[in-house]
Amino acid sequence: MIANSKVESIEQIISEIVEKKVKIPGALLPILHDIQHHFDYIPKAALAIVAQGLQQTEAEIYGVITFYAHFQLNKPGRHTIEICRGEACQAMGSNALEQAVKSQLAVDFGETTADKNFTLEPVYCLGNCACSPSIKVADNVYGRMNSEKFAKLSEQLSLYKISLGEEL
Amino acid sequence: MTTTLYLPMDTTALSMGADDVAKALEFQTSANEQTINLIRNGSRGMFYLEPLLEVETEQGRVAYGPVSIGDVESLLAQGMLNGESTHPLYLGLTENIPYLAKQQRLTFQRAGIIDPLSIEDYIKHQGFIGLSNALKLSAQGIVDEMKISGLRGRGGAAFPTGIKWQTVLDAKVTSSEQKKYIVCNADEGDSGTFSDRLIMEADPFSLIEGMIIAGIAVGATQGYIYLRSEYPQAQKILEQAIANAYQDNYLGEAIQGTEHQFDLEVRVGAGAYICGEETSLLESLEGKRGLVRAKPPLPAITGLFGQPTTVNNVISLATVPTILAKGAQYYQDYGVGRSRGTLPFQLAGNIKKGGLVELAFGTTLADLVNDFGAGTYTGETMKAIQVGGPLGAYLPESQWQTPLDYEAFSAIGAVLGHGGIVVFDDSVSMTAQARFAMEFCVVESCGKCTPCRIGSTRGVEVIDKMITAHEQSEPTEALNELLVDLCDTMIDGSLCAMGGMTPIPVRSVMQHFSDDFITDATVTEVNKTMGKEQ
Repeated sequence: MIANSKVESIEQIISEIVEKKVKIPGALLPILHDIQHHFDYIPKAALAIVAQGLQQTEAEIYGVITFYAHFQLNKPGRHTIEICRGEACQAMGSNALEQAVKSQLAVDFGETTADKNFTLEPVYCLGNCACSPSIKVADNVYGRMNSEKFAKLSEQLSLYKISLGEEL
Repeated sequence: MTTTLYLPMDTTALSMGADDVAKALEFQTSANEQTINLIRNGSRGMFYLEPLLEVETEQGRVAYGPVSIGDVESLLAQGMLNGESTHPLYLGLTENIPYLAKQQRLTFQRAGIIDPLSIEDYIKHQGFIGLSNALKLSAQGIVDEMKISGLRGRGGAAFPTGIKWQTVLDAKVTSSEQKKYIVCNADEGDSGTFSDRLIMEADPFSLIEGMIIAGIAVGATQGYIYLRSEYPQAQKILEQAIANAYQDNYLGEAIQGTEHQFDLEVRVGAGAYICGEETSLLESLEGKRGLVRAKPPLPAITGLFGQPTTVNNVISLATVPTILAKGAQYYQDYGVGRSRGTLPFQLAGNIKKGGLVELAFGTTLADLVNDFGAGTYTGETMKAIQVGGPLGAYLPESQWQTPLDYEAFSAIGAVLGHGGIVVFDDSVSMTAQARFAMEFCVVESCGKCTPCRIGSTRGVEVIDKMITAHEQSEPTEALNELLVDLCDTMIDGSLCAMGGMTPIPVRSVMQHFSDDFITDATVTEVNKTMGKEQ
């Protein structure tokens, strides 16, 4: 990233996001998406700022965030891996894949690996049901997944980020 | 000479490595000093052949597939750029592939053929004829066409679209500052379905055109596409298509020099299945928790921000241009009984040839999974077919001759829903599937009504108790009765289809797969799927 002349605080960044969208009808979800897109999760500091911007209570904002599986209040690992649990994936062995991934990464759903590389989440359908089972990493869907392919993919993902020198 | 190639950029093609194939093609042709024009189209829907590479030849488009990165060199060496037939991946003229040739493509007529982001290409393939015809009609005239077409909501509820539009046309806004809305339900959460995704990724202008026509018909000037967050590729394509439509004055003020205005925006959901229920969707669009609203009032009268709102599924709206272009009667001539037109069926799960099959209503399920699907992917015996998503029944072989139409499915206690067809081979544990239906409801219930919120949790518990009882050789009859009773309560007492239909798959397992429900083999299988060691 190009260094900014002045470093913005988390609060400033969130305020700018809120300001940009606050006037559109039904602004809350678009605002939360923008915040999560920027930080990879929704920092606690956002609650008060968003609530004030939309003239709602923090409890209301918290209620909305926690209703939707997509919104995260905790910082995830470098890669979030979503494994599809839909029936079309089950029909092609996603249960076995799920067990294999959990044991390879030594985490359960909703958890992050000790090296902060991976967070594992369930997802209910990626719309890739003719080439199941499927998983999703960031915006990329992978079809016909199995435990061997996953082992290779997770290795590549680890190397990719580490070689770029990214730190959490 | 420049050869034109087509390689899809839809989610499934990408998930099978289409981007790598594209890179290999660019690299190797440039190394060979061959010039190609690589168009990233949408998929034809033959997902078992993805990535499907097409080459423009004098005879038409020739297909090769499924192409992997390792095939590119040999394809080029064996004259693929001239459409030659020697390579093992050669499939002949795309249009002649039986899977495609046997379909009746109305809604998906352009899918995989055009560049999804090119308005020019869209117009070249009969795009915007529907809009131009609609502009010659009165608002009531458009609504009448929709009624004659017999189109029923393709999201699953199958409510007549024309009648819904009439209600919104007749409804009044609450004050002069307010407006009516067109909301497109693109929260395609049912497992085994991908027709919304495919049309949005392969032919987004058909949806945009359908929404413009809907706006003119009911007097709405603002549209929203509520898209699920699990579809990032559809989002990218839709947003670009909308920007292109604004650029060419198909959206915005004074559309194509007329007095009509229509603005359109994509709004992204956040991983809640329940937001596919229309009132929950409206709550979400308003920036709230997706809690289901009690009906009445209907959204057509009191919808988004309290104003008259048309909420239609993606496929319903994307079919509107075809109806207006070819005439309501033309569309109405397809189908059987009260199920008129075509439905894009989606073959998914354990199926050899999975993909999208658009056909008139009336084909049998057996024909679809055998003639098109070619049996299971694993080659094992087909055991159960779940039709209509996670809230649809599991059908045993004895019911596979049922014609695919709304009434015939309703008559056997099943649903056609959004047209998703998920095939299972004989390794499936029906006990596990019944349990999962309840578990899914636990995860996805909005929590507003008790039968759904508590009932689903109790459902999982009762099935677990039955498993334990079976393992300890204790009687399960009383628990069985409890489960039946619980299902009845959920059906009768739930506010919306989530709780009301969750018992459908459960009951179908209990009725049609009783030999596989709570037996030694299935109990072992359930424990395995839950990661419990034996």
